[in-house]
Amino acid sequence: MTNTVKKTACAALVVLLLAGCQTDSRDQVLATSESQVALRSIQSRVFDTTDKAKTQRTIIATLQDLGFVIDKADATLGTVSATKLNGYAMRMTVSVRDHGTKQTLVRASAQYNQTAIEDPLPYQQFFTALEKAMFLTAHDAD
Amino acid sequence: MKRLKKVGLIAVVCLSLVACQGGVPKEALELSPESLQQRQTQTRRFDTNNEAKLLTSGAQVLQDLGFTVEDSETKLGMIAASKDRDATETGQVVGAILLAILTKQAQAIDDKQKISVSLITRPISAKETLVRVTFQRVVWNTRGQVSKTEPLDDPKLYQDFFAKLSESVFLTANEI
Repeated sequence: MTNTVKKTACAALVVLLLAGCQTDSRDQVLATSESQVALRSIQSRVFDTTDKAKTQRTIIATLQDLGFVIDKADATLGTVSATKLNGYAMRMTVSVRDHGTKQTLVRASAQYNQTAIEDPLPYQQFFTALEKAMFLTAHDAD
Repeated sequence: MKRLKKVGLIAVVCLSLVACQGGVPKEALELSPESLQQRQTQTRRFDTNNEAKLLTSGAQVLQDLGFTVEDSETKLGMIAASKDRDATETGQVVGAILLAILTKQAQAIDDKQKISVSLITRPISAKETLVRVTFQRVVWNTRGQVSKTEPLDDPKLYQDFFAKLSESVFLTANEI
């Protein structure tokens, strides 16, 4: 094998590794790696309350307890968005909607720096903190 | 064989550089023992049920401090604001100059910052309302890179803010 071939192979390998993650960054617009259904259940919990405004206020208080600064809130849409800066940037949107006639569904989605959080643990931790503040148990959504 | 080792090493380095997933720190969404302390620092109790008045005064104080209101929702008692400011610090400039002389390389220093704040009101009884305010900031250096992303948790900052709010609303800000 000549030197040139080796060099080319090496360069090709490096390029391949660098590009290993994505070939078109526009694919990110509609990208999710977890399946839709799995992700939704990881991110959602149901509470036995119909008071959406109070639920939203509790979500805001919980986010503040966790060190977030609230960026946006909309009582009509039921959404709250917040950012936590602590050597990293974590952004989170939490939405609230009716779940049947007696319950409220809370869904959280978060990103850590440039990556979507799809690991169940951070969401479990968030809902554990929210449960305490709500004085209510969080049920899995079915 | 030596070559192969080199290529292997480069491959490993590249792989670690382009690793797709960054791990979320375990404590990021966990209530820390400091959470309660921080809540106390950032919160005051006002003897009023007039949430709108507290929010209006809060917006006034933020404006006094040069913040731009970015979003608000009175139904939930929320105001979000931010300001862009200079982040140059004399000590850092002197350090950078000394280091530049020693290393003969230009050093990046803190240049700009964006400070964001959210102010939340929360009625807790028929006569009392809580106000919690939280500040954080992003700092960019002279190369345009993010050099700091941090919460601002100096208690003095919060004391001063609530002193201003208290003046503006003509009510005493009580510790919780």
